[in-house]
Amino acid sequence: MATGGGCFIGASLSCADLLVYLYTRVLRVSPATLADPGRDYLFLSKGHDVPALYGTLAELGYIPRERLAQHLRTTDSIYWHPNRAVPGVEFHSGSLGHLLSVAIGVALDIRLRGGANRVWVILGDGELDEGSVWEACLVASALRLDNLAAIVDRNEFQANVRTEELVPLEPIPAKFEAFGWSCRTADGHSFADLEAALGPLSEAPYVAGKPSVVVARTVRGKGLPSIEARADRWFANFTAEEIAGLLEELHGGESRALTSEGLVVR
Amino acid sequence: MSPATYEAALLELAEARPEVVVMTAENRAAIRNLPPLLGARFVDVGICEQTMIGAAAGLALRGRTPVVHALATFLVMRAFEFIRTDVGIANLPVTLVGAVPGFLSDGNGPTHQALEDVALMRGIPHMQVICPADGEELIAALPAILDSRAPTYVRFNAMPAAVTHTAPFEIGRAELVAPGAEGGVTLLTYGFLLREVMAARQVLEECGVPAAVLNMRSLKPIDEAAVLQAARRSRLLVAVEDHFQTGGLYSIVAETMVRHGVLCRLQSISLGERWFKPALLADVLAHEGFTGPAIAGKVLAEISEMGALSVLDETLVDIPGGGSHLAGR
Repeated sequence: MATGGGCFIGASLSCADLLVYLYTRVLRVSPATLADPGRDYLFLSKGHDVPALYGTLAELGYIPRERLAQHLRTTDSIYWHPNRAVPGVEFHSGSLGHLLSVAIGVALDIRLRGGANRVWVILGDGELDEGSVWEACLVASALRLDNLAAIVDRNEFQANVRTEELVPLEPIPAKFEAFGWSCRTADGHSFADLEAALGPLSEAPYVAGKPSVVVARTVRGKGLPSIEARADRWFANFTAEEIAGLLEELHGGESRALTSEGLVVR
Repeated sequence: MSPATYEAALLELAEARPEVVVMTAENRAAIRNLPPLLGARFVDVGICEQTMIGAAAGLALRGRTPVVHALATFLVMRAFEFIRTDVGIANLPVTLVGAVPGFLSDGNGPTHQALEDVALMRGIPHMQVICPADGEELIAALPAILDSRAPTYVRFNAMPAAVTHTAPFEIGRAELVAPGAEGGVTLLTYGFLLREVMAARQVLEECGVPAAVLNMRSLKPIDEAAVLQAARRSRLLVAVEDHFQTGGLYSIVAETMVRHGVLCRLQSISLGERWFKPALLADVLAHEGFTGPAIAGKVLAEISEMGALSVLDETLVDIPGGGSHLAGR
């Protein structure tokens, strides 16, 4: 997906481990239960990380792997932001600061119906700039939605610069706590750490009556040293040759110089 | 018998339809007694319009039909992108009830004057725009709106009825409230201004100008047949609305006529490009020229201007294609 038009590769790689862990160990959902009202819901609020979700969904059989080759083709509907017409995508996103609110409605209905399923939302750290995120935090807390859990993909970057150099966000946990949430932190690339932080939330909130949030420390472009934590590698459109090199890099090979002119910041 | 108030009507619907959830962004004026009666199906999110809309979309994803309330300005503008993106793109059955639209915000001032709500809401694909003339029509519209399963903006108006409604409420259907005559004037309006327009019609009739009145309670979908029929049989159409001139009824009527190539001169009696002087409603109407007699006066002035133009009109009528560009202004 990072070739032939490119994608938001940095943000996708920062939450890929999170998604893999959630879908394989936490979420009570499967290709067979996508329409089951008792399923767990995962909302991708930042949205531009959707290649990581599509990759996960393809690996787990929600969509055929070949469908990823349809990225940006008018013959399908897989594009730079999530499309809920794709099986496994609960709602469209791309405009930041929306899906925590949508998740509140879903969590509210689950509670109204006495359901035991849980609602998860992945937020970008840059997304925390949006006032609507904090409005939703107030409301989730006021409604005591403890079946709702958020994960902040704390990769420390927004589109062009580091978050702390633009609109500083720290201390993030204290902010959520002040808004009535119960917060823990984790290494977003350590399954053991994610197990400790997310595991308990699959059954119950950290604190009864409070929504929960995990601030997951992540690295933008994780797994590809030539991309990791570089401000100019937010959006990338690589050549096939570069992709081959990056795949080698991902599997432990040496980094190769990236020459593509397709490295653009949007 | 139909319920007496909006609140009673909503309660009755919520009792009959377990999927209904009533929401508000701390605007309870019309639904004050519902919290204890609806229990968990009454959700007040506080002054958080964006979150309310997002949550309504989430509820709708789970099969609910949320009916959400806020002041019209804050509902459609503060939360516009949420309405467009969460409700609109997904085409979810969320009913948006905007309180004190247009002149009904009376003394609040321009921050509270929803004068572009129709333009904004009708610009969203599949969004219905319903503007009841009075409480009776509002109550009649509710079940039809919920049955439609379409996102709908309701310009809330619970004022007493000024006319006896003869046509049952139907989405996409206007109501011919007064018949008028061939070659006369047709006054088109929506919301509580129907009352003033009926008074204006009285004045016009007394001046010898036959005037039909159309209650355009459904602005989207619009009753094209009613508009076109009015355009064909009238010498002048007048769109009366407490809305900016852009994007409201005047635009809708103009678009409808042009689309079908049926042209008639069209006068806009609207707020043009201005906010109105904040005061109590009766004083606002008097100051802004929206009382029955003031509306009639503007129509008579337009007719008089048309009289001056009619010589030109007749001159141009023989020029191929020349007649139409004088019609409408």
